[in-house]
Amino acid sequence: MLRTFKKGGVHPHDNKLSRDAAIEVFPLPETVVIPLSQHIGPPAAAQVAKGDKVKAGQLIASAAGFVSANIHSSVSGTVVAVDNVPDAGNIRRPAVTIKVEGDEWEDGIDCTEGFRKADASLDGAEIIKRIAAAGIVGMGGATFPTQVKLSVPPGKKAEYLVINGVECEPYLTADHRVMMEKGEELLEGIRLLAKALGVAKSYIGIENNKPDAIAHLSQLAAGDAGIEVVPLKVKYPQGGEKQLIAAVTGREVPSGGLPLDVGVVVQNVGTAVAVYEAVVKNKPLVERIVTVTGKTLGKPSNLRVRVGTPVSSLIEHCGGLPDSAGKVIGGGPMMGRAMSNLDCPVTKGTSGILVMDGAQAVRRAPEACIKCAKCVEICPMGLEPYILYKLGVRNRFPEMEEYYATDCIECGSCSFTCPASLPLLDYIRLGKGEVMKIIRARKN
Amino acid sequence: MSQILIYTILTLCLLGVVAAVVLFFVAKKFHVYEDPRIDDVETMLPLANCGGCGYPGCRGLADALVKNDDITSLYCPVGGTSTMKRVADFLGKSAPEKEPQVAEVRCGGSCDKRPRISEYDGAPSCAVENSLYSGETGCNYGCLGKGDCVVVCNFDAIAVDPATGLPQVDADKCTACGACVKACPRNIIELRKKGPKNRRVYVNCVNGDKGAVSRKLCTVSCIACGKCAKICPFEAITVENNLAYIDPYKCRLCRKCVPECPTSAIAEVNFPPKKEAPAGGGKGGDGVAVKVREQTAPKATSKTDGLPVGPSGGEAGENAVQQA
Repeated sequence: MLRTFKKGGVHPHDNKLSRDAAIEVFPLPETVVIPLSQHIGPPAAAQVAKGDKVKAGQLIASAAGFVSANIHSSVSGTVVAVDNVPDAGNIRRPAVTIKVEGDEWEDGIDCTEGFRKADASLDGAEIIKRIAAAGIVGMGGATFPTQVKLSVPPGKKAEYLVINGVECEPYLTADHRVMMEKGEELLEGIRLLAKALGVAKSYIGIENNKPDAIAHLSQLAAGDAGIEVVPLKVKYPQGGEKQLIAAVTGREVPSGGLPLDVGVVVQNVGTAVAVYEAVVKNKPLVERIVTVTGKTLGKPSNLRVRVGTPVSSLIEHCGGLPDSAGKVIGGGPMMGRAMSNLDCPVTKGTSGILVMDGAQAVRRAPEACIKCAKCVEICPMGLEPYILYKLGVRNRFPEMEEYYATDCIECGSCSFTCPASLPLLDYIRLGKGEVMKIIRARKN
Repeated sequence: MSQILIYTILTLCLLGVVAAVVLFFVAKKFHVYEDPRIDDVETMLPLANCGGCGYPGCRGLADALVKNDDITSLYCPVGGTSTMKRVADFLGKSAPEKEPQVAEVRCGGSCDKRPRISEYDGAPSCAVENSLYSGETGCNYGCLGKGDCVVVCNFDAIAVDPATGLPQVDADKCTACGACVKACPRNIIELRKKGPKNRRVYVNCVNGDKGAVSRKLCTVSCIACGKCAKICPFEAITVENNLAYIDPYKCRLCRKCVPECPTSAIAEVNFPPKKEAPAGGGKGGDGVAVKVREQTAPKATSKTDGLPVGPSGGEAGENAVQQA
């Protein structure tokens, strides 16, 4: 009997079109735009100015505060602007624009492909220091600075490390390909993370729609008692931190709590590989695997892309934007957001680019709620989305707090399942933001 | 049989009397004294319960008006100065005074001036749209046109004009309660001094991007060139964060800034049409009134409801000139 989380969940079609497409190295673009805010927390502070020459891997913006991350140049070239640039939603945010000249890397960075074992003499503090220096953030999409997650506050103790290889979002295959092609690096990264946290046991949670990845990693980890591969039953949103903890360890993170409250830290497989590269090869986070996919797209692919590459060039590389395209989504179809600016750059958190066909992309017109309670049944956090929605529409935010709006993980299962196609998540997300404001105001 | 009926009636009557006596004493014992003037004051207020005064409903304000000795900081924007004076006279306190205000939507980015570059199919709410992206146009500051301000208005004073896609305020119905100001996620709506004969001059834009950027997205955006600030004889105009702002309390409505604006971003409302029609020539040829509403004839005292402006404000202005 395969494990999974108990509460709620839905089963969207997985549509993993690029499942077997090996990772391709995407050619260097002519210019890159590197946003200074690619993580949760305040934007990094720019360390370069217009006209500066930079090398790939060079620090161009340093973390501004505890929950923030360093940003490095992904290419070598000349800085042409440090200015506000429209992001995927056309909102202008600070970014560094670099004109690419050659591909020269900063000294001390090992860009070779071969696998090396980590130096056994490294201690946990040194590993966390290197992770922070490399600007690593959670690469599943949440982009939470990794070093913050690894700094266990006094009074708490991590017992298990859970590695997220679930990739429950339909269409996306970036993590799947990483597990298949970077298995050794992944396991070494997990050992480093486990050492940094001081945990003895790590689990890799993988849904059983990826039997090849389960078999491959089980075989690689066979000799290591500290790492165990856990096959999971397919159910969305299993890749959510709290759902994954419930599925793998059976523990429930309390409302408003963090995984550390139940002694668990969760990291994505992409993050683990980035940790390996940062610690062993001294390579900062300047590239990532992006799935570019869609039913009408010529060639769905998994690409290794430098941060800052324009999204439009990725789509061009994969056969170009079809005429029938209705929406381009950054991320997966469940949690991703439609892009209104295709010239926006790939960031540390861009796990996928999904081109949706016109007919497929259009939202149905909302009808009246028929109180079927399907949304309540499937909510993986045990919330009542229809009530939260109604309160959100009426701007009754203090009441939303009483209905635990802040526990919503924004997985979109409620909107997905609603037979009246109500924009449930839209209003819950809005209310969640307003409730957070109320809570912050109360604290101050 | 009749006996049963009589006993029943008697028992019930007795019970009623006992209950009445108990209730009488309980009511005496737990009586809460409430100033009877609160009820009187409440009836003097407009009873719109809009919350524009900052209190939860008219009774809240009535309570505060009766209990506070100094009521100069309390004000009912709906009733205005006349209501406040009546209440103050009744209570024997000095009345608060405020100049009448009106909500002004500071965005001129109608459909033809600010092209749509994407299509939004999410929840029909400005707040939701604003939390997701820039909106259907690329402008990060401008009106989203989903009508959150219309929904919250208790006085039916604001409506989205289908021709421009922008909300129009009916100055006669607007009570300056401020509900729309709070509802607008982009802080576009401002309460401004109503002005003599409803005449107002204001910068019809809130875009804080650099001129080159905002101009590309919208032809009537403020580009912060500073020309208006230079020509203003009363130092009423400041340019900060790439945006000009006219202080309604310093502005003397001379309108020198209006033709000076190269993007026609300064709006003048309710002025009589100018005598010499700026027919194409002269400085700022397109600097005619960009927004003319409630076109009252110079001496007419009757107020008309907000006339819908034409497909573009500029044309409406010229029409006004031709009518003259």
